[in-house]
Amino acid sequence: MGPLTIITFLPLVGAAVIALLPKESIKAVRWTALGTTAIVLLITLSLYPQFSPGLIGINDPASFQFVEKADWIPSLGVSYYVGVDGLSFPMILLTALLCFLCIPASYGIVKSVKGYFAMFLLLETGMMGAFVSLDFFLFYFFWEIMLLPMYFLIGIWGGPRRVYAAIKFFLYTLVGSVLMLIAILAFYFNVTDPATGQHTFNMLTMMNQENHSGILLINSVRSLLWFALFIGFAIKVPVFPFHTWLPDAHVEAPTAISVILAGVLLKMGTYGLLRISYPILPDLTRNFAWFLAMMGAINIIYGAFCAMAQKDLKKLVAYSSISHMGFVLLGMSALTSAGMNGAVMQMFNHGTITAMLFLLVGVIYDRAHHREINGFGGLANVMPRYLGITAVAFFASMGLPGLSGFISESMVFIGAFPVWRTLTIISILGIILTAAYLLWTLQRVFFGATNPKYEGIADINSRELFTLIPLAVIVIYLGVWPHPVMELMNTSMTYLGNLVSGSGL
Amino acid sequence: MLGLALYILLAPLVAFTIVIFFGRKLPRGGDFISLFAIWSGLAASLYLFFTQMLGHYDPAFALSYRFDWVTWGTYKLNIGIAIDNMSMMMLVVVTLVSSLVHLFSVGYMKGDPKYHRFFSFLSFFSFSMIGLVLADNLLIIYAFWELVGLSSYLLIGFWHEKDSASNAAKKAFVTNRVGDAGMLIGMLICFTALGTLNLVELKDGVAQGHLAGGLLTAAGILLFMGAVGKSAQFPLHVWLPDAMEGPTPVSALIHAATMVAAGVYLVARLFPILTPDASLVIAYVGGFTAIFAATIAVAQNDIKRVLAYSTVSQLGYMVMALGTGAFTAGFFHLVTHAMFKACLFLGSGSIIFAMHHVLHNIHSHDDAQDMRNMGGLKKYMPVTFWTFLIATTALAGVPFTSGFLSKDAILGGTLAFAMEHPKHWLLPAFGFAAAGLTAFYMFRLVYLTFYGTFRKGSEAESHLHESPRVMTVPLIVLASLSIFFFYAAPAFNPTTPAGGWFATLFPTPENVTLASGRYVSPASSRLGDEAVEPTAEHASGTEALHSAHLEHLAHNWAMLISILVAGLGIWIATLAYYKWKIDPEKWRLRFGVAYRGMYNKWWCDEVYKATAINGTLGLSKGLAWFDGAILDGIVNGSATVTRLFSTVQGWFDNKVVDGLVNLTAMVVGFWAHFVRSFQTGQVQRYLLYTLAGVGIVIILVVI
Amino acid sequence: MNNLTTYLAISAALFLLGVLAMMTRKSAVSVLMGVELVLNAGGLNFVAFSRFGNGSLNGQAAALFIMIIAAAEAAVALAIFLNLYRLKASAEVDKADTLQW
Repeated sequence: MGPLTIITFLPLVGAAVIALLPKESIKAVRWTALGTTAIVLLITLSLYPQFSPGLIGINDPASFQFVEKADWIPSLGVSYYVGVDGLSFPMILLTALLCFLCIPASYGIVKSVKGYFAMFLLLETGMMGAFVSLDFFLFYFFWEIMLLPMYFLIGIWGGPRRVYAAIKFFLYTLVGSVLMLIAILAFYFNVTDPATGQHTFNMLTMMNQENHSGILLINSVRSLLWFALFIGFAIKVPVFPFHTWLPDAHVEAPTAISVILAGVLLKMGTYGLLRISYPILPDLTRNFAWFLAMMGAINIIYGAFCAMAQKDLKKLVAYSSISHMGFVLLGMSALTSAGMNGAVMQMFNHGTITAMLFLLVGVIYDRAHHREINGFGGLANVMPRYLGITAVAFFASMGLPGLSGFISESMVFIGAFPVWRTLTIISILGIILTAAYLLWTLQRVFFGATNPKYEGIADINSRELFTLIPLAVIVIYLGVWPHPVMELMNTSMTYLGNLVSGSGL
Repeated sequence: MLGLALYILLAPLVAFTIVIFFGRKLPRGGDFISLFAIWSGLAASLYLFFTQMLGHYDPAFALSYRFDWVTWGTYKLNIGIAIDNMSMMMLVVVTLVSSLVHLFSVGYMKGDPKYHRFFSFLSFFSFSMIGLVLADNLLIIYAFWELVGLSSYLLIGFWHEKDSASNAAKKAFVTNRVGDAGMLIGMLICFTALGTLNLVELKDGVAQGHLAGGLLTAAGILLFMGAVGKSAQFPLHVWLPDAMEGPTPVSALIHAATMVAAGVYLVARLFPILTPDASLVIAYVGGFTAIFAATIAVAQNDIKRVLAYSTVSQLGYMVMALGTGAFTAGFFHLVTHAMFKACLFLGSGSIIFAMHHVLHNIHSHDDAQDMRNMGGLKKYMPVTFWTFLIATTALAGVPFTSGFLSKDAILGGTLAFAMEHPKHWLLPAFGFAAAGLTAFYMFRLVYLTFYGTFRKGSEAESHLHESPRVMTVPLIVLASLSIFFFYAAPAFNPTTPAGGWFATLFPTPENVTLASGRYVSPASSRLGDEAVEPTAEHASGTEALHSAHLEHLAHNWAMLISILVAGLGIWIATLAYYKWKIDPEKWRLRFGVAYRGMYNKWWCDEVYKATAINGTLGLSKGLAWFDGAILDGIVNGSATVTRLFSTVQGWFDNKVVDGLVNLTAMVVGFWAHFVRSFQTGQVQRYLLYTLAGVGIVIILVVI
Repeated sequence: MNNLTTYLAISAALFLLGVLAMMTRKSAVSVLMGVELVLNAGGLNFVAFSRFGNGSLNGQAAALFIMIIAAAEAAVALAIFLNLYRLKASAEVDKADTLQW
């Protein structure tokens, strides 16, 4: 049993253990969850030095790392096939890290603690599995596994409108899943593995254009499949206009779940595009790259404008996520080395930054029991440490140099500008809007005369700092020296960009 | 050498880290750490300056160190520090002003509850500004550019309990972001065309013609947009006057001497790759800003606002100089202006400090910065007065001051440019008019503040006293540096910087876009120094001779005119505010709309509020409505439609589909009902049926 | 007079009388008597065909069977009538209509 299988299924084991614990022993439940995620994080980190950044991955079976392969349903050509490359490895790191940090952030949960942590660990299994899968069936399997715990986590432990939000989230993502399933089946029945002569769900086999046959040779069908996949993933990203589930889900979800939702699940969408749409349908991706770029620019500007108008702090952060995911789309649409690397880097950075933002919203919500931006005011003098760490997160979010957001945004711009000049210029206007709404928020929450209601409010405590400090350190460290994460993805992403932009048909 | 430079860069960063985290627990808020960092940095800068620059006297000196920072694909983006004459000059200016401001702040900020945070921010600013100066690469310049913006944001909003302060901080940051966005696009153009952002490589790339024509012009103008934001040029000047909400030492350091000059520094750095068209745009923006801000400064009553608009105006001068090709003059003015403007701001800080004390003691809530509350301070604050007066004369361009040298050089350069290109006569006109206005409003300020009688009554007057020595020493140092003497060595010519070390060390760099031959060089910036003639090779011999002559002529005329207009300005100010021969009130009424325009800053803020700000907010509200009502409406609508459809389908299922099933049963039932009526259960009846049946069969068979 | 037709005519008359009795009489015993008449008409036919037919005795054996069956039948029928009487307090056949529907 290899490390990838362990990090994927260990949380499941943890969930099972939690399910066996008595309902009253809340402490044991928490410690089990913390221990499980901690071990997963440690294993993932231990993979870091073993990972060789020079190997390509993407569509080359030989250069995937930590590969495990076993038959699962041989009659259907389904196999348990996992492995990582420069695209998925940063995502795994991110997932393990955020899951670990979210456990202490969930200690405020009081309602049926056991169920919560069991669901949470199940969710981690789903996310890890989706990131390591190299078999399309397996990928879909984990993709759907993520959905279920999320539905319950929002629907049971959420805010007042949780049922609405949970159902909306579930149905919306299910629509995407169905479209993806159609595409999966279309690929399955028109791809044969040359080694066995059978149909296969192996993604890497599907990536080889020579294995395509039947309707996969018809261009219009390929376009339809590309769009089916695109919509499936776009709902997850979310790309305008499929984004409206996101603010509702975020507002209703408990803090830790918002963190996972924005930090990891959104990445699932762009990860899917890069892992599946890009190499399997490279020619179509190249044809529709302008479309991706346009959607990216729209996301950036639209998300920023919407964020500016929000009155709920969490909703504002949710819309800022939409805006920031636009950078990912813009970067990956360029297909240049800088753009592709910038996109994945932005995925990683957005994961850490937005996690901070949601955790910070959770901190103030726990104290004030509301999230009305205008309902605060003058917290700077009462909560100086909270202000300090919030400032780091906010400035990172607006791409201030020295913080990680700057690197990825710059790379996205550098990569995208030669290809999509006008769209990049429009997107750059987004950074003005971002600064405007974040500073305005900072001002409304922290500056001015102290709101007498919150004179005695407690500053951030050590448990909260425990979740925030590691993220802040990462944000600052990567802002100054991005190399440790950059080197992981460089080979793979550059190769993928060349693969797509150079593919002929 | 590089080690020293790195020390200068990193010492304030270390100080910042220590003071922000532990300052609260350290004695004196840890201010000594910040002070030590910056003063040792000053010592190192001066050491570098004297040994490397004045020692070798080498105009082409340059040293750089680079390392790979980010790698994508096979491309390695390198960053590093570069030391040349310009960056060393800037280092001295920045560390000098910063050290003095640190010192001044010890007195000025005494007793503030956030004392340690103030010093940590000052250190952070020093770090960012030094980094900006040392950067060898546009991307890193941009990075530090944003960081100085951040420190400016933090320091303007230092007293964030005041809404005006936090508003001003936000305004400064966002306005700068507008400029930065342009700068970013300009950088992207350069990078796309040349594959590098290193300043030296950029210049080489342009010289080889890889980026030329309209695109290069666009790149130049877009990069200049960054400077428009940071150096508060029209139309992005609005943030600087509001930035005066910050503590006064901050205004002196960031918003007068160093950070706002970063824009000018950037233009100077980019000077070699600015096309003639781009330069022209820059010149006009600068010229217009100079006159525009000067008119506003005339009508302000807040002492810091007058100085703020004066800063905007002077920055306009520098930008105009660079735009017209008077490189040396523009950069020279940056240096001299940093000294005397810092002096003026610190002086005003000293005044405000005293006024605060007075107003506090008489329990008045009047504005400590309003000149209409002052008067007669000369008697009580002699050091402040004399230093302030020296700096004022420098700003007004009175002979034997540093300002006279640099401003004259700019005016001369601009005039030469206009003589060569007569259709651009407006530029020197702006310059001279602004010079006259500068002299007027500065002396108005001095008279209102220091002369006459104290306007808050004699009881309050008794509380007036000079500021502590920790505050006056920086004033004295800066005031002495406003005298021509320091800049004119070794020629000591009080009329022109030519022959001085500055002109020798900072010759106009070669403009590599000239290679196209389309541009007729203004050739105005050489300040008559034939020894430095790098562009001469582009002009034929006679042309060079012609332009040198023109320049000499222009310089003499410019000197004459500028002394005249400055004298006129001072004279009018004296008549109006010292001898009170002219009633300012009457003239105020006589000017009518013009005065109200000047007083209200030409309604720039109002126009921006009505257009850009309200437009953005409106759009954001509109889009949020669209998002909630239309897009989410569609999503929820589709859910509603689905439910409606399912209701209809449920009805159909119940009524139609099931109805058919029931109908079948009913038909069967009907017939069953009919048939069962025969089943009476009576044996005799059945027998009858049997007989009838047999009968029928018989009949059928027989027939 | 001693020919087949005469016997068949008598048999037919007997049969008709029996049927008439079954259909018209209310009393169950009368109906049973009608049944006996019909059975005997059948028996008569068998004997007549046996006598005037091919000369075998099969028909007469059948007539004997009919007589025995008639006796058994009468016994069963009387038992049913007895039960019917117990149930309905009468032995009229049109009262026994519970088998309808």
